[in-house]
Amino acid sequence: MDLLSPIKDHHSERKLFIARVVMASVISILLLGTVIARLVQLQVYEYEVFAAQSQGNRVRIEPMPPIRGLVFDRKGHVLAENLPAYQLELIPEQVSDIDDTLQRLANLDLIAAEDIPTYNELIDSGPRFKPVTLNFRLSDEQIANFAIQRPRFPGVDFQPRLVRHYPQGEAVAHAVGYVGALSKRDLGRLDRSDYAGTSHTGKTGVENSFEDDLHGDVGVRHVISNALGRQIPTDSREMADSLPTDESPAPGHNVYLSLDLDLQLLATRALEGRRGAIVALDPWSGEILALVSAPTFDPNLFALGMSTSQFSALQNDPTQPLFNRAIRGAYPPGSTIKPMLALAALETGATNLTRKTVCRGYFMLPNTTHRYRDWKPQGHGEVDLHIALQQSCDVYFYEISIDIGIDRMHYYLDQFGLGHPSGVDISGEHPGLVPSKDWKRSAFRERTDQRWYNGETVIASIGQGYMLTTPLQLAVAAGALATRGIRYEPHLVAAVEDPLTGKRTLVSPTRLDDVRIDTEEHWDAVIGGMHDVMQSVRGTAWAVGGNAPYQMAGKSGTAQVYSIAQDDEYDEDEIDERLRDHALFLSFAPLDNPRIAVAVVIENGSSGSRVAAPIARAIMDEYLGYSDDEP
Amino acid sequence: MSLNDTRQLFSDKAAPLRDVGQIYRRLRIDGLLLGGILLICALGLVVLYSAVGENMRLWTSQVIRLGVALVAMLIAAQMSPDFLRRWTPWGFLGGTVLLVLVLTTGELSQGARRWLDLGIRFQPSEIMKLAVPMMAAWYLHDRQMPPRAGQLLLLAVMILIPTLLIARQPDLGTSLLIAASGFIVIVLAGLPVRVMLGLAVLSVPGAMVLWNFMQDYQKQRVLTLLDPDSDPLGAGYNIIQSKIAIGSGGLFGKGWTNGSQAQLEYLPERDTDFIFAVMGEELGLLGVLALLCLYVFVIGRGLYIAMQAPDTYSRLLAGSISLTFFVYVFVNTAMVTGLIPVVGVPLPLVSFGGTSMVTLLAGFGILMSIHSHRKLLPH
Repeated sequence: MDLLSPIKDHHSERKLFIARVVMASVISILLLGTVIARLVQLQVYEYEVFAAQSQGNRVRIEPMPPIRGLVFDRKGHVLAENLPAYQLELIPEQVSDIDDTLQRLANLDLIAAEDIPTYNELIDSGPRFKPVTLNFRLSDEQIANFAIQRPRFPGVDFQPRLVRHYPQGEAVAHAVGYVGALSKRDLGRLDRSDYAGTSHTGKTGVENSFEDDLHGDVGVRHVISNALGRQIPTDSREMADSLPTDESPAPGHNVYLSLDLDLQLLATRALEGRRGAIVALDPWSGEILALVSAPTFDPNLFALGMSTSQFSALQNDPTQPLFNRAIRGAYPPGSTIKPMLALAALETGATNLTRKTVCRGYFMLPNTTHRYRDWKPQGHGEVDLHIALQQSCDVYFYEISIDIGIDRMHYYLDQFGLGHPSGVDISGEHPGLVPSKDWKRSAFRERTDQRWYNGETVIASIGQGYMLTTPLQLAVAAGALATRGIRYEPHLVAAVEDPLTGKRTLVSPTRLDDVRIDTEEHWDAVIGGMHDVMQSVRGTAWAVGGNAPYQMAGKSGTAQVYSIAQDDEYDEDEIDERLRDHALFLSFAPLDNPRIAVAVVIENGSSGSRVAAPIARAIMDEYLGYSDDEP
Repeated sequence: MSLNDTRQLFSDKAAPLRDVGQIYRRLRIDGLLLGGILLICALGLVVLYSAVGENMRLWTSQVIRLGVALVAMLIAAQMSPDFLRRWTPWGFLGGTVLLVLVLTTGELSQGARRWLDLGIRFQPSEIMKLAVPMMAAWYLHDRQMPPRAGQLLLLAVMILIPTLLIARQPDLGTSLLIAASGFIVIVLAGLPVRVMLGLAVLSVPGAMVLWNFMQDYQKQRVLTLLDPDSDPLGAGYNIIQSKIAIGSGGLFGKGWTNGSQAQLEYLPERDTDFIFAVMGEELGLLGVLALLCLYVFVIGRGLYIAMQAPDTYSRLLAGSISLTFFVYVFVNTAMVTGLIPVVGVPLPLVSFGGTSMVTLLAGFGILMSIHSHRKLLPH
């Protein structure tokens, strides 16, 4: 190898290398000198400072969790609060015989005997001075029990902590939501230092969507503790002075909902034993007055923590109590969309106020044999638009549907807020679906499936087929009918309050694009028809609205869940409950100056006008001050 | 000192020591180097016993790891420098292939791919800690020192390939240390001083570019160093607690196993990256200085071996192994005392964990091999 590079000069190379080693050594010594100088600085010159923080009495930095903001309804009723609860703790180093202590605690029913091995593991894994929590939630009875026996349990004590409590429980579960123990996933999404002392976070509803407001900001406390890690009081001024300043936690903001608790309770009672949802709102602001989904659940179970079996029972319940039907349940709207289609038909010239048609109980497209049936087998006879709305004549709408066309139907229904998320301030909303030719092209893969058929337009005109809406969307649509096209984004939170300054920030209503209806008479005609639904003798909901002391408008809907064969009769009593029609109703009142719009959906409720409409009436009565128990 | 010297020293006078010298010579062990290493390890095990909270199981496992590492050292000492040099390019190539394998098929844990499972689980980056300086020394072995510009460029590429592969895992700490080990070889080979000064000047914009490549958590560590009190519960916690631990140790320390910072678990990662703080708290400035002296002795012995080495490859490799060891010591101690940002570099031979221990002692085994095979060249 040396032959290849004869100029290699070993002697000078070695000299160069040694020079470099010397250079590297000098640099290393300088660097090491810096570290040593730093050590001298820390351990000699600043020794007093650090010793004060550590030697004998040392500083422990403790996060101080903020107190979560409260949730109120519009009248100031508490919907979510923080109550003290007691947990059982054991300090290992103060307990002489841990096995015996645990056994005796189990005998008193303060802990579960089956969990003793788990506690033993917990106790062994941590430092001896650190308390181990044995029971996160002592009942009143357990507290009383333990209080008497306490002298027999040195090293075991109960400690208070704040637990989220929902005094209205089930009635507001789907609107307010609930908090649950912080999970790993939550920690990935939240700011870890801000949640250093926090155990729970909002999981659903307002508790979740207003988490940032409700949570508050963590505080920092510098705790002086003795050699065993136990906190000692900071009497010594000198020592307290050497501590960094504490930072108090900033409590979470209080949230005021637009919900009216009385209305909410009434709606909850009305849905008892049923599956369905009710949404009531103020059409002039979008403020939600009631939002109920049934069946419901007790949100306190989540805040306190429940056993695995309790949770799986909730999750596997076939009636799905955890499912928020008000915003996530997607139902065919049935005839409730007829007022909006009537407007579309008038605006597009597909019909006019005088056009009449004869309803024989069915409709056939030209050159076909398929009969699209009216809900009334014998037919409605001669009907105009007004009667078609009043009596919900399907045939009239079948006839005009082809002239409106599916895309123009989509254009108008979309303006009423159907087929897209309403933008409500809680998450998880279902967008619903209003079909159009474009939609069908993109929704299906097969060419033959992508084509839009006239028959599909026909059934869309009575809110069947592909069409899906949520109860919230129906309430929003009812509101837009009430205001004659002026629309607001629905929302639950009306104001946020800083508890320290008392400053309240109102949530201003978000006005959305108006529904574009050019002729005012068209509104008159449609709203007049909806009025007659409820308050004319031949109206479908006359039985519900006829005797009301105020004027109202409404429209029922009965949506098919199960398709019956061409010539079969639908017989409610013979069909399994789960296959019965959904009952829907939307309404608003008072007629001339609407203050409330309501949508009611009852799963498998059979009849919109008979089952859903009375509930809507009761809610409007209550809100407008006509309920029986009102003085 | 050469073996001949050893023989002369011991042959006539101290008979029992003569046997030890013979055993060392057979095993190609350097007594002084081994002595220094064992003293560091012994001191380390004492501190570690306290740092793991007197947990015998963890402590014993570390003793076993040390035993394995010593065997690795012995094996490395048996391989002659010529043998090592011949196999260097293959080792480097194999290591690079393994690094590529890690990136494609490695085990994903905590967001990084560092481990490979080929029958045994290991980190291929550990191989590169030795393979990179060996490769650089191999390349320079036949060439005239100082290296020319073109050669320097080729060397830079050789070092950058594994460095970037490891940085991709991502493991920024290790990749920087490996780049340093290669760079040290070039410096020792005679990298012109003006080039070094140029690099120093370029490092300012270089650091700005690096800043843009850093992950958020790495940026956070730098910012935390500048102002640890800005986030006392989060990123600044380690540095604050570590400084309290060291500072409160004072001159003589609080006594073994009596460090309240360490024992009450205020100090995070007390048995791994921050074990130096445990030592500072419990054994004080004097204890820490004793450890630093042992390090200086081992590094000094390594550099002496390098200067005595007969050929370019051996001396560059020996010099790089010794100085890289210093870099580990410096980075860890400077990090724990809050002089530089927190990078995950353990305190060599003391921190809990076995992967790097084996590599470190294998490196010392190479030093011993270089020294013991040197007698071929008479003085």
